[in-house]
Amino acid sequence: MISLDTLLETFKTGSGLWNPLVWITGMAIAFLIAYILRGYGKKEYKEKTEQTKSFLSGNPEYEKEKMHIKGSNLYWGFMESLKWFYKIFNKMHTGNVTDYVLWFVIVMGILFLLVGVI
Amino acid sequence: MNIEQILDTLLRHSPALIVAIPLLGAFLTPLISKINDKVRNVFVILTILATNFFIFLLASDVFAGNIHTYVFGAKNLSIPVVRILFEVDGLSAFMAIIAGILSLAAVIYSWSFMKENTGLNKFYTLMLLMTAGMLGMMLTGDMFNFFVFLEITSIASCALIAFWTNKGKAVEAGFKYIAISAIGALFVLFAIALLYAQYDALNIAVLANNIQYTFLDKIALVILIAALAMKAGIVPMHMWLPDAYGRAPASVTLLLVGATQASLYGVFRVCFTLYGSQLNSTLRNISGTTITLNSLLGTIIVILAIVTILIGVMMALKQIDFKRMIAYAAVAEIGYMFLAVGAGLTTLGTAVSMNALKGGIFHIINDALDVGLLFLVAGAIYYATKQTSLNNMGGLARNMKYTTVFFLIGLLAVAGMPPMNGFASKILIYESVYQVNPVLSIVAILCSILLLAVFIKVFHSAFLGPEQPDLKDVKEVPKSMLIAMGLISCIIIFFGLFPELVVNNIVQPAANALASNTSYISQVMGVI
Repeated sequence: MISLDTLLETFKTGSGLWNPLVWITGMAIAFLIAYILRGYGKKEYKEKTEQTKSFLSGNPEYEKEKMHIKGSNLYWGFMESLKWFYKIFNKMHTGNVTDYVLWFVIVMGILFLLVGVI
Repeated sequence: MNIEQILDTLLRHSPALIVAIPLLGAFLTPLISKINDKVRNVFVILTILATNFFIFLLASDVFAGNIHTYVFGAKNLSIPVVRILFEVDGLSAFMAIIAGILSLAAVIYSWSFMKENTGLNKFYTLMLLMTAGMLGMMLTGDMFNFFVFLEITSIASCALIAFWTNKGKAVEAGFKYIAISAIGALFVLFAIALLYAQYDALNIAVLANNIQYTFLDKIALVILIAALAMKAGIVPMHMWLPDAYGRAPASVTLLLVGATQASLYGVFRVCFTLYGSQLNSTLRNISGTTITLNSLLGTIIVILAIVTILIGVMMALKQIDFKRMIAYAAVAEIGYMFLAVGAGLTTLGTAVSMNALKGGIFHIINDALDVGLLFLVAGAIYYATKQTSLNNMGGLARNMKYTTVFFLIGLLAVAGMPPMNGFASKILIYESVYQVNPVLSIVAILCSILLLAVFIKVFHSAFLGPEQPDLKDVKEVPKSMLIAMGLISCIIIFFGLFPELVVNNIVQPAANALASNTSYISQVMGVI
């Protein structure tokens, strides 16, 4: 049987320590404090009134189903700024099995050079 | 015979039984299915449970410090002699545990997931064959035998990837997989032939004892690393992996994760055991800097690993197909294991090396569980919605509450967020790699953050948001699928909460087996 002491042992990483149980306790206390602070918040919030409607620069709000941001629209800016990167790597992923083998040959060739020369 | 004697006998024969049970089960499955489908499914689960029993029985003894050898064939060394040795050390036992857990989750999940399909007798036969192949690769101590099991795994995997023959892309993915596997396996066979021609032996320990690092050994080393790395999905030889993982049924993908890791195990076995005695040999002196084999191999592996992590995570970020996205994330995760083991190889013999090896090995099991769970979640979503594109999903958390929780567990674990298991292994990797080169550690941490972004994208687009009109009738998946996902989630949480226990008891013996091959060689040489 595994003793409780063994179960609760702190994980030693070489230079550091990690104890998930201590971390969970810390997080629980942090959430408790946040919950208490939330209790001091304003009480004027009224559900299903103008207060809860989103303001889209005066434009009308779409139906909820249409407001969902689809997967392909997420991180648009990130993709746009790294277009050059994806251009190169999309080219590399041709989906052609002969190209897959070619990459294997290239890697093997480089390894032959490195191991052979050194 | 009392219970102790029975257990002792079973333990002695367990290396053979671990492979024989699923192999025999595979051939019995078509016969058993003549009774009815339910009996067949129960039989397959019982077969895997029995295999797992022997895996854990053997592993408990191996982790206590005993290396097991099992001889098939001739007892005396008379000529002509036909004999194959199975050698089970800490690393083999560790890998067998992973294969056992994945197989169990895969067959439980398949019960409901594959229910509507025809040809399930063949499906389960192939699944058991694939399990036997993977376990054989992990337990064998013979190079040619390793090749045979590699082929068994590849052929069974190919048929399973292309199982949905009504979908053209699945057949295409199967074709690509078998083409890549056949080429890789042929190169492995060629390398084995080079070693056999020189040393007149196929046994890994005998070869490791005699290896001289001649010119032919160099060729064999390069071929073995390149071919097995391709099978493990290392960039830029990874392109078959998203195709195969993305098109196979979810339970098959889970097994494919195990098969990929069996190839990764092959790379480690070759570098650390087969060429282990040559690792410290000096290759060249360049302006006062001594280059040893371990530093050369370590550097090559680290470079491949960093490229794998970067490209894996960046390609995952742009995917819209859920399964392809996880497949690219799996590529990045393989990079983390490679990075740690490469760093361990570079600094071999130091305390940093041992920590790096522990991190890499711990991450192997964590990756199998985390990525495996995410694939099962992807399968559950496909089962419920018949969709794989994130663009066609939304608001699934409303109707699939358990699946959402399992996804969140997988998300946090794969991104290395505390307190999940991924964090424990990644912190070991970051810390040890930092001591090799801080830049490597920074890149690894940044890529881990990107990995979190990848799965936040899935969480937002598939699970959050308003209910989609087409997905209003979506229901939670059947119990067998939830049980399989729950089983993996429980192990993830356990490993996350008690990392010291896991590292001390199962990771450390595997790391010791990697760090030194002397006990492995002496144990087997004693048998021969």
